[in-house]
Amino acid sequence: MTVTTVKPDSAAQAADAVRWALSEGTPLDVAGSGSKRGLGRPIQTAYTLDLSGLSGVVAYEAEELVLTAKAGTPMAEILPMLAERRQQLAFEPQDLGPLFGQPEGQGTLGGVVASGMAGPRRISAGSARDHTLGIEGVNGRGDLYKGGGKVVKNVTGYDVPKLMAGSFGTLTALTELTVKVLPAPEDCRTLLLAGREDAGAVAALTAALQSPYDVSGAAHLPAAVAARSQVRAVAAVGGAVTLVRVEGFGPSVTARVAALKEELGADAVLDRDESLAVWREIRDVAYFCPATSPASAEEGRGGDQDSRHVWKISVQPSEGPRVAESIRWALDAELYFDWGGGLLWAAVAPTPDTAVAIRGALGTAGHATLVRAPEDVRTTAEVFHPLPDPVMALSRRVKESFDPCGILNPGRMYAGV
Amino acid sequence: MRMPAPDDGVIARRREIIAALRAIVPGEGVIADESELRAYECDGLTAYRQLPMVVVLPSTTEQVSQVLRTCKAMGVKVVPRGAGTSLSGGALPLADGVLLGMGKFNRILDIDVANRCVVTQPGVTNLGISNAVAHEGFYYAPDPSSQIACTIGGNIAENSGGVHCLKYGLTTNNVLGLEMVLMDGTILRLGGKHLDAGGYDLMGVVTGSEGLLGVVTEVTVRILKKPATARAVLIGFPTSEQGGDCVAAIIAAGIIPGGMEMMDKPAIHAAEDFVHAGYPLDVEALLIVELDGPAAEVDHLIDQVAEIARSKGCCYSRVSTSEEERLSFWAGRKAAFPAVGRISPDYYCMDGTIPRKALPLVLHRMQEMSDRYALRVANVFHAGDGNLHPLILYDANKPGELERAEAFGNDILRLCVEVGGVLTGEHGVGVEKRDLMTDQFDEVDLDQQQRIKCAFDPDGLLNPGKVFPKLHRCAELGRVHIHKGELRFPDIPRF
Repeated sequence: MTVTTVKPDSAAQAADAVRWALSEGTPLDVAGSGSKRGLGRPIQTAYTLDLSGLSGVVAYEAEELVLTAKAGTPMAEILPMLAERRQQLAFEPQDLGPLFGQPEGQGTLGGVVASGMAGPRRISAGSARDHTLGIEGVNGRGDLYKGGGKVVKNVTGYDVPKLMAGSFGTLTALTELTVKVLPAPEDCRTLLLAGREDAGAVAALTAALQSPYDVSGAAHLPAAVAARSQVRAVAAVGGAVTLVRVEGFGPSVTARVAALKEELGADAVLDRDESLAVWREIRDVAYFCPATSPASAEEGRGGDQDSRHVWKISVQPSEGPRVAESIRWALDAELYFDWGGGLLWAAVAPTPDTAVAIRGALGTAGHATLVRAPEDVRTTAEVFHPLPDPVMALSRRVKESFDPCGILNPGRMYAGV
Repeated sequence: MRMPAPDDGVIARRREIIAALRAIVPGEGVIADESELRAYECDGLTAYRQLPMVVVLPSTTEQVSQVLRTCKAMGVKVVPRGAGTSLSGGALPLADGVLLGMGKFNRILDIDVANRCVVTQPGVTNLGISNAVAHEGFYYAPDPSSQIACTIGGNIAENSGGVHCLKYGLTTNNVLGLEMVLMDGTILRLGGKHLDAGGYDLMGVVTGSEGLLGVVTEVTVRILKKPATARAVLIGFPTSEQGGDCVAAIIAAGIIPGGMEMMDKPAIHAAEDFVHAGYPLDVEALLIVELDGPAAEVDHLIDQVAEIARSKGCCYSRVSTSEEERLSFWAGRKAAFPAVGRISPDYYCMDGTIPRKALPLVLHRMQEMSDRYALRVANVFHAGDGNLHPLILYDANKPGELERAEAFGNDILRLCVEVGGVLTGEHGVGVEKRDLMTDQFDEVDLDQQQRIKCAFDPDGLLNPGKVFPKLHRCAELGRVHIHKGELRFPDIPRF
């Protein structure tokens, strides 16, 4: 099927495009840069609404802790601008391009919010939802509307921006976003514990998170995954590696690292550069990226990673090791833990009942998303975690309240939504 | 302020409705006697009062579900209520409505330190959660000033904040899971002890929905380890501009204090006269900056803050050297509202948020309004996040003063919107700011919000008359208008 791309260069044009699609009764594939097109159920539309033309930072006021940018603004433009003022998006947005075999640095702000994902700092700073203050966008009626506000504290009306985070463009074609920005930490160190098995590692992470030392990252890499790290100090352990991140002002980091090292019995402390590198790997699921780059192919990284399906599994942290064990027992799976044991990234050799095995292992303790799989698999499998009937019914009505005729990314998350 | 006209047909069926409720909630759980109903006639916004038709106090989720299903079947409106501490009239009853009190849901169900969360019924007080986990060294971070009385269910409805929310977030940033009941009786569970709810962030839109979308029957919140230490610095400035500059400079230095409060001269004087906190009386603006965390961090930053204050021309600066002294700094701020209550028969507390850089302009314009309305105003300000609480002083016994105070308050909130801010930072819209919503939102914005309401409550029976100035029928809002051939940009690049 030939796909025609409509590329508006203003919010009003985007609204016109949706009105036109509505009048034609033709659905739109709503996209930013397309860097996360591989995530979600594939949809087939004759038209793509390409929002990458809506680009540019509208306002950045560091002292007010807010940034307003058009939805198609590349993250590669926003992140350096924040770094210059020593600020950041505290939820640590992921760059999943390489996981899908694409270059890094391609994502847009709209895509980051629409996919609603967050990195290791999710445990202390929250997710995209927690940092999205205001939105402007076009609903499925072709109305250009706004929700939320442009200040950090606001409870006026419904929190529409929250609904946008993680809605994958199915409710509104976002045209502009206002996000909360926060100071970037001055310094960063990581405590390393070597050779712990899963349960012992998660117990150590739990102890770290129960401490008063403001831990901002808590991950565990089983031996096979740790071996694939590009950070020498991690790969060289030659076994499982458990990592605890401490960030903040220099003297504070020094004091907290010293205290935690003692309390956890840590084996080593990674310096700033090593810390930044290893947490970027953890954030972007680098261990399960396909071996597309010549460098990684030469080093034998990746291996059969290309054909493995990648799952993101959110679980109550204390259940993490049990769920991991069940998945390993049922499937040929490699996995690692983030979020203090509450997030499992799993690379699974596909079988027909992978989804059943993973979701069965979870029970009611969390949810699982099939992040990477070939298109034909994503067409038939339930990519996003099946919702209980009453929640599904309400989700359908919420979809209809924004997009009654199913114009915006219909079926991207759930069939018929 | 007008509420939707009571439906005489419903009021005529009052006996029948009471009987139906008694069949669900036996005994004292249904209150129909006028003298007992009196206790529920208003919430924290006492200027508005209305006796409810009947009060029902269920004690199980199943009862809540049956009450709502029954009310829906009978076409009866329902107003949910927690502790009734809303400052915006969120729990103002309706003459033809059932008041659904959640006070019997007062048990903490599960303290899970390993997963750093607490599962609780919604009628437990905000402080009750912190107290329940204090022995483990944990606490629940959002701390609205009513935290002794307000309930976690009400906090969800209002997305409550507090003085520490710049660093630790509002309610919405600290909730992991909900059980709630829709108006048709459907029981839903959203989220849980894991992070992210899966599917749409329904929990996100329910939080802060002011009781219009559903009734919360169980809450899972995250708890945090208590900071090892806290110290505060009290800083006085000759002008409010310098105070505002100092706040901006602290944030620009990468410091997010646990609390950062500002008071203007009238507020400083009222507080000092009341609690003798030792505040300087010859300053125009007083800042309390509190740093919390590991001792090494707090000691490092407190010096930086004092240095920034000096560079911004402070004329008074005192760093707390003991826990007792730190608490004395806060004593005046925490008593600011009752302190103002001492110097005026009545006061009206406003709650707008502004971009902080607009503070000098807003204070200046507010003074002009104060002169014009011939009413005094004192300001306390969550300076870190721009949330302004002007307290308008008036005397309700003087004819016309309440109306003047309200008009003054409305002008302040319009000014907040005009400078790029919002109508409410933490108190909610309720009935109080309902008619100002059109100052912040266009009709198309409000229509989209009301369509969300339709997805949850298509008959509009849950807490009507709050938040939205105009009520539309869902059928009317649901119509899709297609304007073929009326596109303004026919030359849109399509390839």
